[in-house]
Amino acid sequence: MYTKKVMEHFMNPHNVGEIDNADGIGEVGNVKCGDIMKMYLKIENDIITDVKFKTFGCASAIASSSMATDLIKGKTIKEALAITNKDVIDSLDGLPPVKIHCSVLAEQAFKSALKDYEEKNNLHIPELIGFVPDEDHH
Amino acid sequence: MNNHIYFDNAATTFIDEAVANEMKPFLKDYFGNPSSIYKYSSAPVKAISLAREKVSRGIGANPSEIYFTSGGSESNNWAIIGSTLRNSNKGNHIITSKIEHHAVLHAFDYLEKRHGFNVTYIDVNSEGIVDLGQLKKSLTPETIFVSIMMANNEIGTIQPIKEISQIVKDFNKSIIVHTDAVQAFGNIPVDVIDLEVDLLTITAHKIYGPKGTGALFIKKGTVIDNLIHGGGQEKGKRAGTENVIGIVGFGKASELAVKSIKQKSKFLIELREHLFSRVISEIPDIVINGSRENRLPGNVNFSVKKIEGEALILSLDHFGISCSSGSACTSGSLDPSHVLIALGLDHGTAHGSLRISLGKDNTKEEVDYFVDRLKEITEKLRLISPL
Repeated sequence: MYTKKVMEHFMNPHNVGEIDNADGIGEVGNVKCGDIMKMYLKIENDIITDVKFKTFGCASAIASSSMATDLIKGKTIKEALAITNKDVIDSLDGLPPVKIHCSVLAEQAFKSALKDYEEKNNLHIPELIGFVPDEDHH
Repeated sequence: MNNHIYFDNAATTFIDEAVANEMKPFLKDYFGNPSSIYKYSSAPVKAISLAREKVSRGIGANPSEIYFTSGGSESNNWAIIGSTLRNSNKGNHIITSKIEHHAVLHAFDYLEKRHGFNVTYIDVNSEGIVDLGQLKKSLTPETIFVSIMMANNEIGTIQPIKEISQIVKDFNKSIIVHTDAVQAFGNIPVDVIDLEVDLLTITAHKIYGPKGTGALFIKKGTVIDNLIHGGGQEKGKRAGTENVIGIVGFGKASELAVKSIKQKSKFLIELREHLFSRVISEIPDIVINGSRENRLPGNVNFSVKKIEGEALILSLDHFGISCSSGSACTSGSLDPSHVLIALGLDHGTAHGSLRISLGKDNTKEEVDYFVDRLKEITEKLRLISPL
């Protein structure tokens, strides 16, 4: 049911962990639905220099988190905000239709972390205008 | 030890070699239609009759009370819909429990939504046993049918069917009592006289027989509507050319299951308790789902806190271990198992459930290998978990 890429990222996820004194933290999902993702960002001069995640969820939730962190690491905030769940899906060589929400959650996790960074630093990031993580991502 | 460890015997079992051998002649040589009257069909006719005898003996019934079907789902649908529609002139209330198999729950749902019957879904306690007090209070003069499963497919808990039948019959002996004994049959003694039920469902593929064959026991004198209309097979109660190959296999599987039940049960209880003991003592934050004692010999179900079930299943699959979970991600729906929710589990714990259903060919070595791998997997996935 899963692609080889999904299984690789599930069995050996990249960027697992937490960052002390992270510049931005985002947490999305809830236990009821069975997925929670938490992402930590280190940002220097508008560049995401480090990113870590922790996820409670199924294989595709863990793989989507891992892939999303790979995609945004080393990117500028602007570049990262141009990345969507579609990019996560494509980079994983596809997800089953019932698991698309996992990629949506991964996108929302890093966007929430960037929103947190924006708010903490009183910044104005135009790409984040109107961004609200879904309550129910399914 | 096998490269593949099969721990999903409640889902289905392999076909026993003796069963397969019994079925083989009917794959090629004896293909005649049992309804035909020429000599060529006498072998299938005899074989069905013998199988009917063997199956009936397995549950203490008379052969004339056994009706072959396509399996557990059909038998359950037939029992529920056939009884209810037959007796709709006597009342409009039917009763079941919250932890039934979907083949029961969805049939009740159909009668409720499409035919306007009132349905009571009885609760279970935290051990997974049906609340008999609530059952007693739910009975009304309008009640015409009660269906409670004998043993649960997810948590293996065994229901007091005899007591349930007595409560119902004491209230009104014309209420039809059905039990889904698909999981119980072959694992614990099933005797229709002792249980005092009118209808009972069994199937072949949980007892080392073939898929696609089951039976409904209909007690002599109990009348229900047909579900499958057509030819005169099964004394005009269940149309369709008999699945001769399957029925022959079912007969042999029943014979073997009943013969070995005591030793199999003892062996599986030992294996189960070894597994439970090791998991509880060696892995932190484990919750056993359902009563530890009052459950099927081979059923193990527990939740691994802070981890989601599908991640567990796939990680175990990586090591060649097949088992199942009640998490939403493995059920194809958004909610975790209705059985675990009925036990009162919170969603997080329900999502982390793992069911291991042991079978007669499993070994202690396999159980030890499983626990060792589960320890590693749990440690790894908990490091990833934010909970």
